[in-house]
Amino acid sequence: MALSTDESRRMADRLRTDSADLVATWVAKAGAPLTGRLSEGELRRQITELYGVLVAALDEGMTDLSAAPGGELRAVLADLSRGRARQGFSATETAVSVFTLKDALSGRADLADPAELRDFLSFNRFIDELGLFTFSSYSAAREELIADQAEQLLELSTPVVKLWEGVVAVPLVGTLDSARAQVVMERLLQALVDTGSPYAIIDITGVPAVDTQVAQHILKTVVAARLMGAECLISGIRPQIAQTIVALGIEFGDIATKATLADALRHVLRRSAARTGGRAEPVA
Amino acid sequence: MTGDPGEEAQTQAVVSDQDVVRVRQLVRTAAVTAKLSLVDQTKVVTAASELARNTLVYGGGGSVQVRVVRQRRSGVRVELADDGPGIGDLELALTDGYTTGGGLGLGLSGARRLVDEFEIDTAPGRGTRISIVKWAR
Repeated sequence: MALSTDESRRMADRLRTDSADLVATWVAKAGAPLTGRLSEGELRRQITELYGVLVAALDEGMTDLSAAPGGELRAVLADLSRGRARQGFSATETAVSVFTLKDALSGRADLADPAELRDFLSFNRFIDELGLFTFSSYSAAREELIADQAEQLLELSTPVVKLWEGVVAVPLVGTLDSARAQVVMERLLQALVDTGSPYAIIDITGVPAVDTQVAQHILKTVVAARLMGAECLISGIRPQIAQTIVALGIEFGDIATKATLADALRHVLRRSAARTGGRAEPVA
Repeated sequence: MTGDPGEEAQTQAVVSDQDVVRVRQLVRTAAVTAKLSLVDQTKVVTAASELARNTLVYGGGGSVQVRVVRQRRSGVRVELADDGPGIGDLELALTDGYTTGGGLGLGLSGARRLVDEFEIDTAPGRGTRISIVKWAR
């Protein structure tokens, strides 16, 4: 507990006296480290809002930030941190907006008076609490951002391309974990429906290692594509991958596999020519 | 080649899927340092990947040590350890196609075929320790 209820109310009164001047000093001090990357109007709006909820919470006799009257204050601080995190400010540049309240207040205390000194020391601890909260909200926001980006990357890294009329291909690059395998399967199956393609090629040239989990994901995708009536080939099996697969004992059964994407496409075109009665025309 | 038993080991904790990827990268780097051929690199990386996933899935997480060993030949040694439930029937666990986790049942047996040396020390309730070595040809 940083503040007692009485201290909290006394600080609220102190913050209210000459409030316009206090906010102006606070804005000036908070703005300095941001070197103009945040507009003054925006900063003033944030600080004024923060000031408003802070005084309101202190008025209610808030003893520490996690207590009930601090709800709105927590929300405003979290909002500020999230905004800064997304705008690319550092954690320090974010927390400094809170800590500069100390500087803004420092000129106003008569520290020779023991009672006043005690109040200010307690309030200092309380501001530290606010600062720490800002830090943790900031890092939480950054983690969200990273998770979002990882998800976007997941989508980016698994394009389904139309290779020919009636032939779609998925060039896999990188590690195929369960999450990505799921995305690949969904996208491939959707592409089969959207394009009405009877052939799909999964190209694993860019997959560095095929272990049993990767193989199992690929096999499941092939089976799912077959259930939808499409024929699915695997291409891009390099010599070292082939030898590893044999040593591991993985069997691809009757699934057609080819060394290169070009071979797979040739195979598919030949098959579709046979289907359409000898014409090397694309499948309708 | 010196008679030096090994270079300093690199340790990687295995507690998530990302860690399995990190183990693969460590083993690949070590395999390149030990001058393994591309096929042998892929084999040892794949074996380490299988075993690390077993450590994660069945052992409930553990740690992996990767080191380049230099004796008459150079090679890569990977040691995996977990304090999980251990393996009761090793014979059965090493049978192709046997799985308790819905996989293909080829991880442990396949990994043994992919490397030159394979040692396993396990008992119910004692966790599992596996050491594999792949030598450069």
